[in-house]
Amino acid sequence: MAIDAATVRKVARLARIAEPEERIEPLVQELNGILQWIEQLAEVDTDGVEPLTSVVHATLPLRDDVVTDGGDARRVLSNAPSSTDGFYVVPKVVE
Amino acid sequence: MSELTKLTLKAALDGLKSKSFSAVEITKAHIAAVEAARPLNAFILETPEKALDMAAASDARIASGDAGALEGAPLGIKDLFCTEGVRSTAASKILGNFVPTYESTVTANLFGDGAVMLGKLNLDEFAMGSSNETSAFGNVINPWKSAGGGNKALTPGGSSGGSAAAVAADLCLGATATDTGGSIRQPAAFTGTVGIKPTYGRCSRWGIVAFASSLDQAGPIAKTVEDAAILLTSMAGHDPKDSTSLDVETPDWAPYVGKSVKGLRIGVPKEYRVDGMPAEIEKLWQDGIDWLKEAGAEIVEVSLPHTKYALPAYYIVAPAEASSNLARYDGMRYGLRAEGGNLTEIYENTRAEGFGQEVKRRILIGTYVLSAGYYDAYYLKAQKVRRRIADDFDKAWETCDALLTPTAPSAAFALGERNADPIAMYLNDVFTVTTNLAGLPSISVPAGLDSGGLPLGLQVIGRALDEGTVFSVAGALEKAAGFRAKAERWW
Amino acid sequence: MVEMTNAFTLKGRTGDWEIVLGLEVHAQVASNSKLFSGAAVGFGAGPNEQVSLVDAAMPGMLPVLNRYCVEQAVRTGLGLKAQINLKSRFDRKNYFYPDLPQGYQISQFEFPIVGEGEVIVDRIDGTSFTVRIERLHLEQDAGKSIHDLDPKATYVDLNRSGTALMEIVSKPDMRSPEDAAAYVKKLRAILITLGTCDGDMEKGNLRADVNVSVCRPGDYEKFRETGSFSHLGTRCEIKNVNSYRFIQQAINVEARRQIEILEDGGKVDQETRLYDPTKNETRSMRSKEEAHDYRYFPDPDLLPLVLDPAWVKAIEAGLPELPDAKKARLMSAYGLSPYDASVLTSDGDVAAFFEEAAKGRDAKLVANWTLNDLLGRLGKDGLEITASPISAADIGALVGLIEDGTISGKIARTVFEHMWDGEGAPAAIVEKHGLVQITDTGAIETAVDALIAANPDKAAAVKDKPQAIGWFVGQVMKETGGKANPAAVNEILKAKLGL
Repeated sequence: MAIDAATVRKVARLARIAEPEERIEPLVQELNGILQWIEQLAEVDTDGVEPLTSVVHATLPLRDDVVTDGGDARRVLSNAPSSTDGFYVVPKVVE
Repeated sequence: MSELTKLTLKAALDGLKSKSFSAVEITKAHIAAVEAARPLNAFILETPEKALDMAAASDARIASGDAGALEGAPLGIKDLFCTEGVRSTAASKILGNFVPTYESTVTANLFGDGAVMLGKLNLDEFAMGSSNETSAFGNVINPWKSAGGGNKALTPGGSSGGSAAAVAADLCLGATATDTGGSIRQPAAFTGTVGIKPTYGRCSRWGIVAFASSLDQAGPIAKTVEDAAILLTSMAGHDPKDSTSLDVETPDWAPYVGKSVKGLRIGVPKEYRVDGMPAEIEKLWQDGIDWLKEAGAEIVEVSLPHTKYALPAYYIVAPAEASSNLARYDGMRYGLRAEGGNLTEIYENTRAEGFGQEVKRRILIGTYVLSAGYYDAYYLKAQKVRRRIADDFDKAWETCDALLTPTAPSAAFALGERNADPIAMYLNDVFTVTTNLAGLPSISVPAGLDSGGLPLGLQVIGRALDEGTVFSVAGALEKAAGFRAKAERWW
Repeated sequence: MVEMTNAFTLKGRTGDWEIVLGLEVHAQVASNSKLFSGAAVGFGAGPNEQVSLVDAAMPGMLPVLNRYCVEQAVRTGLGLKAQINLKSRFDRKNYFYPDLPQGYQISQFEFPIVGEGEVIVDRIDGTSFTVRIERLHLEQDAGKSIHDLDPKATYVDLNRSGTALMEIVSKPDMRSPEDAAAYVKKLRAILITLGTCDGDMEKGNLRADVNVSVCRPGDYEKFRETGSFSHLGTRCEIKNVNSYRFIQQAINVEARRQIEILEDGGKVDQETRLYDPTKNETRSMRSKEEAHDYRYFPDPDLLPLVLDPAWVKAIEAGLPELPDAKKARLMSAYGLSPYDASVLTSDGDVAAFFEEAAKGRDAKLVANWTLNDLLGRLGKDGLEITASPISAADIGALVGLIEDGTISGKIARTVFEHMWDGEGAPAAIVEKHGLVQITDTGAIETAVDALIAANPDKAAAVKDKPQAIGWFVGQVMKETGGKANPAAVNEILKAKLGL
């Protein structure tokens, strides 16, 4: 499935990565190259095969409903680019 | 003093225990070696003061008889492990000056056993790469040089290039690393060191910057198979904070090294004999087969029919998971925040400035294959192919106990040599990526040199949770190969 | 039986229109800690004080599932008479927003923990309708973005980030604003009875996304027959409506908006909208370009969730009496009308109140006092039962005083008035105002003798007209300040009048 420049721009937007114009065509080439190479998977017969969603043959562990964490706003804010009065400060969101 | 850096981990631990030297002494020796080796660019961050503090504490514990299994041993930590109070970067600009307020479980285990941290080791950005050429902190240079290679700087492999280079250059007694598609084993092969990726779930992923959740595993890079066994025993263990962590006992693996391989059935998968494989690697593989035969193992030819689909399946699954795991790097709560007129612009500029090209490429591929309309054709398909690959191994285990393959399709190549085409770079992982997909333990052991004098490695693959057999076979190979070569110091 | 006749129509310029409604209700799971992290859940903490490293999505953090949240979801599913899926899976829903630290929400897309069920809803007019439940799944809540503390920035508090939510998805079975509100009310009652959600809509612990579309009369029936959505109009989703009133208002204005577009020959765009109660209108939340592609895929940090059937059975065995069963029981045990029984069970707060008041008391008496006296009075003053000046315990105590003969029903009405005025507990009021019932037969006999002596003609007439005893009863009650025990008065009068 070949992708075009419009698709690359759309995907970049979905991924929230600003790709400058000069990167778009090269990306079209690079990504198409990779996708073409990936195409060979279509050769594999996977009818009736269950996808392997985990290599671990175990059951999902469950934890008790006890408060064991949190309680320290400074700790979670310590690396924030901007914070005030215990809040993270981020650019204005227009709803 | 510099003799202390030539010791294996085992010898050093024995020396520390017998008080032949102190932890502070051996740490100082390594600090000096690290400083002198800056041309290799193996370290992103050196932490000599912290190392000396930790060493002093180790000496106190040794004196009072409270020594842990790794007491006083100076190690390097791949900068993908979050270390409390010490800047952690994942070799990316996007983490800025992020200083974790928490310690990864694996490094907590090591430091809990008394190990000393020399610093954070360089890697491919977010562990995405096979040559340590994508780091925001510059390339790592392989301590090894090729005779007749015109003094060209070579790659140490990737993504754990810093870890492998540091161990090979005797800058530390061992290093932590991670392996998602071969990132422990391939650099080990390129640098003449030992690297093991354990069974998926053996080591906790808590506190390790996530790349591809269903594939990532931590493991050691070390000077000998025994050293690797000692380190893995400390690193591994069930962690209730990681839902994919296996609730199983961690064996003491060192005793498995040196165990006889008599009667073991060693499988040789025919599909690993790829087109264009260099003759030297073919020969090395045959050497390995012969050594194990001489040691009493039985050699069996097996077939893993879906081998060639492993790389393409990997390059769907890994980028897909990565595209989601890296969404949290958005400039809002930590790390780099770029300028922008509105929220979307700030997201887009932050991630454009903060991520390198390879990381961006993989995020875009991953986002694309998960996007509406493509999930079935790509991600779901790749997960089904992955099941087929795992089934291949299950079938092979009916007739053998371990598999022997080359680790990499070539020796270390020159920096810049394989950057033109992403796929040429991806092909470096052709022999290793299968075991990440199937979650199996696999190790690389240095087995010989190529015509240019560069190290070559052999890979041993074992059943899930059978690191014991892997270590035994690896030990046998190591003994037979008698690999003593060291990189000649040019730095 | 599917109720196909629909009374609710809106008159447009070009004819009649009907509404089709489906609701996605988000209910915060009542639990101590979050769905995948050990941070506390609850209101009132300072910003970011209930946030773990996992909730803040620090590098290398991983989710671990809370067993009790799973239990609560199963319990709710059983309360919805729904299928419990022993195998379910968590998926990531990927999008970027400052209150979504991971850049994805852990939810359940393809395999939810609960499947199809149903809720029966009573209307005020005594009829009822069924809302089929499509599914219930567990998911993480997001944090809170506050836009009005700084003109140039948004403040983010992640306390709510990672809290467990149950998303309850209905099929498009509701046809009027009142029905939609009644459905939410019934759902809330079930959740409160089960104890799986506190139902606090003001705090946002229970909120509804309302999907609204309009169609011509007859189209909905075709949809139900064929299952094809082509018979229905394009729907818009109104997000986060958190009161019954707003639900109804939002539906009304949105339906009108869509009808106007269609009657003008336009097309309704499928979009997400917000209801603005101050302007009484809905507004589009996102433009078309921003349409989300969530790229759902199974969360690789988690394994599939597999439930032990024995565990589910144990939860089922421990379920409290649900509103429908309680309604049936109140009707059969106490002869309450369907309406009265419904009132006592269909509102979560009334049900909880009644439950408390009736503890150890005559349930029928408590029902009467709650329905007639308390709710009647509350309604007159426009108050909800949560604002009642008389507590459930005190209603119970009042009934207790009637039961043990301390006061008569009539006196109890007086005591009620004093309680309403805030004078405190009934026993104290009875004491204070000397309202204890006179059961001393001697005193009553004295009063009766005096009365008969003063009214010999009336006394004689009683033999021919026994109903006239009523006058005597009234007089004795007046004499005794209303405190004589009516039964004793009757008995003594009958004896003395020779009846």
